[in-house]
Amino acid sequence: MGDHVISIRGLRKSYGDVEAVRGIDLDVRRGEVFAFLGPNGAGKTTTVEILEGYRRRGGGEVSVLGEDPEHADRRWRERIGIVLQSCRLDPYLTVRESLALYAGYYSAPRPIEETIELVGLAEKADARASALSGGQQRRLDVGMALIGDPELLFLDEPTTGFDPSARRQAWETIAGLRELGKTVFLTTHYMDEAQRLADRVTIIAKGEIVASGTPEDLGDRESRPARISYREDGREISVETTTPVRTLNELTGRALAEGRELEGLEVRRPSLEDVYLELTEP
Amino acid sequence: MSLVLHQFRYDQKAFWRNPASVFFTVGFPVILLLIFATVFGDQTVDVRGGVKTTTYYVPAIITLSVISATMQSLAMSLVIAREDGRLKRGRGTPMPPWVFIAGRIGNSIVVALLMLALIAAIGDIGYGVGIPWSRLPAILLALVVGAASFCCLGIALTAAIPSQDAAAPIVNALLLPLYFLSGVFIPDDQLPSGVIHFADAFPIRHFFEAFFDAYVPGGATVSWDNLAVVAIWGVVGAFLAIRYFRWVPRSG
Repeated sequence: MGDHVISIRGLRKSYGDVEAVRGIDLDVRRGEVFAFLGPNGAGKTTTVEILEGYRRRGGGEVSVLGEDPEHADRRWRERIGIVLQSCRLDPYLTVRESLALYAGYYSAPRPIEETIELVGLAEKADARASALSGGQQRRLDVGMALIGDPELLFLDEPTTGFDPSARRQAWETIAGLRELGKTVFLTTHYMDEAQRLADRVTIIAKGEIVASGTPEDLGDRESRPARISYREDGREISVETTTPVRTLNELTGRALAEGRELEGLEVRRPSLEDVYLELTEP
Repeated sequence: MSLVLHQFRYDQKAFWRNPASVFFTVGFPVILLLIFATVFGDQTVDVRGGVKTTTYYVPAIITLSVISATMQSLAMSLVIAREDGRLKRGRGTPMPPWVFIAGRIGNSIVVALLMLALIAAIGDIGYGVGIPWSRLPAILLALVVGAASFCCLGIALTAAIPSQDAAAPIVNALLLPLYFLSGVFIPDDQLPSGVIHFADAFPIRHFFEAFFDAYVPGGATVSWDNLAVVAIWGVVGAFLAIRYFRWVPRSG
């Protein structure tokens, strides 16, 4: 396993006749932000709940911090932090009280005031959870998951349903975790979120892994055909090519020789969004 | 143990800041006592050779307060916390699950004791229903057996409640008719014997009888058989709770 904080081999899980996870392998390295990306119903939450010890697996091997989450004990729970996909807060406790309550569960918690600062809630420390905005509640959620000073943090769709400014704030908080040296396992169905935050991305669709790599080279984006488009005599012309340099040279050479412009000339690589949509097509 | 106290402290904070829980567990019983005492105040009830109505209603309303602080309050607050995902989040921490449950039970029992003191004081000062100090050990015994048993029943009941919206209707549909049939709202002497027999199949009637015996002079003080029935219900509740209690939301 080496320096892998999470290691999965051949993981399977079925609900009745439905196979939610169909034999996946993945490794998460210490200190990285790992994004587990896929559309709704792809098997993301099932996988993350198996890793968190909430669900039993159907088959395969799972190691999280060197232990099988199914048989993990309190010592193991001291080392992980969990932000659930949907979880409300106790509306009658303040930010500081919620963190103090959770700090009491751990043997060596982080300082409470420092954690309030870390998640950017210093001005709201004495506000009850019911008085926080959705984005602030999410940041308190993250704070409660961090209060035990875990090595590994699970974030399950941390920004689903957020408006753009709340997402941006949540992203800043998550990006800050990298500086603390935490390993982060992030599930999301937003491509831009994975691109913005993750060191490595794995895409799951229909229970199987369809691509994995850094956000830059995911799905062999570099070697996919580029699209060259221009207008000629008012007609839109579009050429798909795996050798864009050569094709472009031919086109422009011909146009030059004929002494005319290629109107609206454009060369497009598939965007990450294009790759993601293609890979996860229903 | 210190972790249980830690949990208990925050449960207390959240409880007293929640207007709904304070109203239903503290305000509502007081209002009921005032209404019953005002409406029926001068009459006598034909039990134990005749007691004043207020003497009857003080232990009746304490019975209701104890059930409200334990079974009702736990069933509602645990379902809300479960469906919010808060119980699931707690399970993701190193806190042992029994600590959480112990904190909540402790919270309920403390509120039940405060209600005993409050209703007894109102009865004494407002209506001259003397506090039977010499019977205090028997009163506390009945209260603790009842409170612990109704806590277990409340935790077990959460398994039958599918959503936050269903919590209040289910709890009230179970408790309100039994308060009437068990003589808590309507004095014993007005109830047909068939109704009392029916109510005897459930724990509320037995707890009320046990508490009445402890509180009102002239009876058995400790009603062992009634307390035993209540305790058996509690043990059954505990088994059901251990078997069927869920930490993860039912919906979503």
